Amino acid sequence: MVQGTLDLLILKTLTLEPKHGWAIGKRIQQISNEVLQVQQGSLYPALHRLEQQGWIRAKWAESETGRQAKFYSLTAAGRARLEKEKESWKRLSTAINMVVDSM
Amino acid sequence: MRWWEQFRMTVLTLFHRKRETARLNAEFEFHLERQIAENVGNGMEPEQARLAALRLFGNPAVLHEEARSSWSWNWLEGLWRDTRYGLRTLLRSPSFSLTAVLVMALGIGASTSLFTIVRSVLLKPLPFRESDKLVMVYEHFRQQKEYPYNVVSPADFHDWREKTHGFQDMAAWRWWAGAITTDSGEMPEVIGGAAASWNLFSVLGVEPALGRTFTPDEDRIGAPDAVMLTWNFFRSRFNGDRSIVGKRVRIDSMPYTVMGVLPASFTYPDPEVKVWIPYSPTFMPKQLAAHDQHQSHVVARFKKDVPPAIAIQEVSALQYQIHQASGNRPVAEDAVMRPMLDDVVDDVKTPLLVLMASVGCMLLIACLNVSNLLVARGASRRREVAIRGALGGSRLKLIREQITESFLISVAGGALGIAFSFSATHWLATHWNDLPRADAIQMDSTVLIFASLIVFVSALLAGLVPAISSTGKHLLSALQESGRSLGGGVWRAALRKSLLAAEVTLTVVLLISAGLLFKSFMHLRSSDLGCTTDNVLTMRYGLPDRDYNTPAKVVGFHEALLEKVRSLPDVVAAGLVSTAPGGGYEGDSIFTIPEHPAPANSLEMDAMTRKADPGYFSAVQIPLLEGRMFTPQDRLDRSNYVVISKMFADRYFPNESPLGKHVRIEFGGKNDPREIIGVVGDTVYEVGQPIKPMIYFPLFSGAAMQTTVVTVVVRTAHDPLAVAMPVQKQISSLDRQIAVYRVLTMPQIIGRATASKSFSASLVLAFALLSLMLAAVGLYGVLSYLVQQRVAEIGIRMALGAQRSEILRLVLLDGMRPVVVGLILGLLGGAVAGTLIKSILYGTRPLDPIVFAGMIGSLLLTAIIASAVPALRACRIEPTQALRME
Repeated sequence: MVQGTLDLLILKTLTLEPKHGWAIGKRIQQISNEVLQVQQGSLYPALHRLEQQGWIRAKWAESETGRQAKFYSLTAAGRARLEKEKESWKRLSTAINMVVDSM
Repeated sequence: MRWWEQFRMTVLTLFHRKRETARLNAEFEFHLERQIAENVGNGMEPEQARLAALRLFGNPAVLHEEARSSWSWNWLEGLWRDTRYGLRTLLRSPSFSLTAVLVMALGIGASTSLFTIVRSVLLKPLPFRESDKLVMVYEHFRQQKEYPYNVVSPADFHDWREKTHGFQDMAAWRWWAGAITTDSGEMPEVIGGAAASWNLFSVLGVEPALGRTFTPDEDRIGAPDAVMLTWNFFRSRFNGDRSIVGKRVRIDSMPYTVMGVLPASFTYPDPEVKVWIPYSPTFMPKQLAAHDQHQSHVVARFKKDVPPAIAIQEVSALQYQIHQASGNRPVAEDAVMRPMLDDVVDDVKTPLLVLMASVGCMLLIACLNVSNLLVARGASRRREVAIRGALGGSRLKLIREQITESFLISVAGGALGIAFSFSATHWLATHWNDLPRADAIQMDSTVLIFASLIVFVSALLAGLVPAISSTGKHLLSALQESGRSLGGGVWRAALRKSLLAAEVTLTVVLLISAGLLFKSFMHLRSSDLGCTTDNVLTMRYGLPDRDYNTPAKVVGFHEALLEKVRSLPDVVAAGLVSTAPGGGYEGDSIFTIPEHPAPANSLEMDAMTRKADPGYFSAVQIPLLEGRMFTPQDRLDRSNYVVISKMFADRYFPNESPLGKHVRIEFGGKNDPREIIGVVGDTVYEVGQPIKPMIYFPLFSGAAMQTTVVTVVVRTAHDPLAVAMPVQKQISSLDRQIAVYRVLTMPQIIGRATASKSFSASLVLAFALLSLMLAAVGLYGVLSYLVQQRVAEIGIRMALGAQRSEILRLVLLDGMRPVVVGLILGLLGGAVAGTLIKSILYGTRPLDPIVFAGMIGSLLLTAIIASAVPALRACRIEPTQALRME
């Protein structure tokens, strides 16, 4: 996976509803048609970092299996952050496409 | 709102760290459970599913660590972990830790105390308004080379103030003393005081605590007498009774009206000054108009828009005009100035800086010692560190851990040291005689910041070298090395040896400085005053000028007293002199010799002046070298005779007998030629000062203003202090209102003069001895370690036939090498240090061979003793046992 895009993917995944870590990983995999395989382990350090920075916040709630799980949701600042990250990702990917296609 | 989220997380991770850690584990568990469930759903066996999930997840411990690393306060946790670890390792070897902490406490405590004193005395501004704008202005005689600052004549001050405009204002003061009595009729008390021009307090910017300061009208001859009290005197003598303002006190039996009380912060020029009176009334009209009577101190305040250099130039130019108009009289050519703070601390600046430097050295030695001890411990923990390094402990972390240890030592030592320095500072401030501004000394936040800084720097100094050295590239070789390896630890030993050499260097520098200071102090103590010091008591008294207003009355009192004192039991002899040997400057006077051609420079012929009664010389056994002493007949109008000292005779009558020649010199208001009738031995006017030519006038001339304040010298058969009370009783039986002061034996006079020097010399010596001890501990540590390292090697040597004496020599030489290197470097450093402190040495050259030899000897002796123990241990090693070890 491209370096530094994990944050973007996590934030995007959380726009609709709060999710727990496992669901976030699954969701990314699913939407990308199994192309993006999030390293399960590296997901958690990233989540904790985003939480420390105030982009997302966590809440303990009952999961679909009935067990307590940690659900992450976007904060207002996180939403703004997502927009910014999207912008810069678009710029970056367009630029890369331009270079790749020019050959 | 993002900051709120961040703040919430910060608080959460600080106060609920345990809960958050548990939740992190719960999160992981939940994840694994879901993965296992999924795997089982895909048809795996439960056990297989669990293993697959774990494999997919990765190392939970590492992930745990990674997730937590994003939390705040991680550094705090790391610090806490290191601290706990450090504490555990330190507590495992309590004797090492205790030694190190005490060594550090000593170094840090002493440095903090000295810093407090240096800051308060040398750096803190004086307690005056805008005190950096204040300077002292002095006269300067061009022939005066070493010390350019000469006290000022009243007329010079007057002219400077009237005729120059570069300074905002100038004020003058002079020393003064008197005996105070109140009307209730108790014993009179002689008090120190000073006389100030009316504007002194406003120039300094000092407001009185009570009442007012002087007015211009009070500062003139013939004005009604006014006095101001210092706060301490107001408290001690008048119990702080505010109604004293406006009342009268009697000083020298004259009534003075108390105009005001100075604030507690005002202790200038020194705490001995208890009263202030106006300046001009302390002079006779002729003196006040004189340009050649030097006794006043002049304070000036800068103008905002005039550079000080310009202002002093103007004054100096005026002074040169005055000089040229004064013909042959001793009037200075120039005026010079220096900041008032420098003036106040002049005498203690160098000793204080020397002390500061020596505690700095001691602290450095303490750091090196702790460093050395840590390197030794690093050696025994080498394998542990190597294994941790091999298992992935980062080098930085290992270094951090080791530095934490030295920080713990320094912090503990620092805390102890600061506590110790509170009492040490107080002790120094109260026991250091003549320390100016001792009342300003206090520990405050700046001092504490300084102390923390020292703690920090010491920790780095002591910890960095061992930490870096023990975590270096040699890690793996440490693992491969077997316990039997012979070369192991050689590089570390080299490091320890260089640390030791540095320690020895500093110690030698300290020892030499201390030796030089101590030798000059001993010189001072034993300096020959020129008279006997055994069983001699001195005390001073003054006759009030108002009651003793004719020569006959003055002489009558002195003679009556002498007669009574001489008849006391145990008194062998008694005499009177204006100032006893070692008692201070008193005064000097220029003169001419009618039989000789006049000198080109009027200042060339100058002598210190004394007044003595006929019995004085024999009472203190000043030898008569030629001619005769005064006789009781040389009195009142028949007293145109003088006695001169040997140096006077040698200098001004080099190839002839001075007897029968004359000296034209001013005395008792007359500048008459006076016949020389005798030559006596030289005496020292002040301990530590070179001898000067001296001239004695007959005390029984009763000359006005010159013969009323005298010192009684009494030589007794036994303890001189036993006659102190009887003599005082005789004085008050003649006149109740006369106060006696400065009751001192000769050794006490010398002791007072040398007290300050003895104090600083003893302190430096104490620091040097402590450093020597530290160096010995260091040497002992290094050699013990070396011997321990070389047990196997020594065993082999012995097995191959080496003699025990050879082993002894081997180990001793090994220990002596760094000592000798340090010694040589230290001798060079000591020579430099000696030159730097030259100005406070007395009778001792900076390269004094006795001091150098003595210090080299004591260092080598200490070194040999310190290395003897491990060396003897080495040569007692049993080869069979040594080889069987490990």
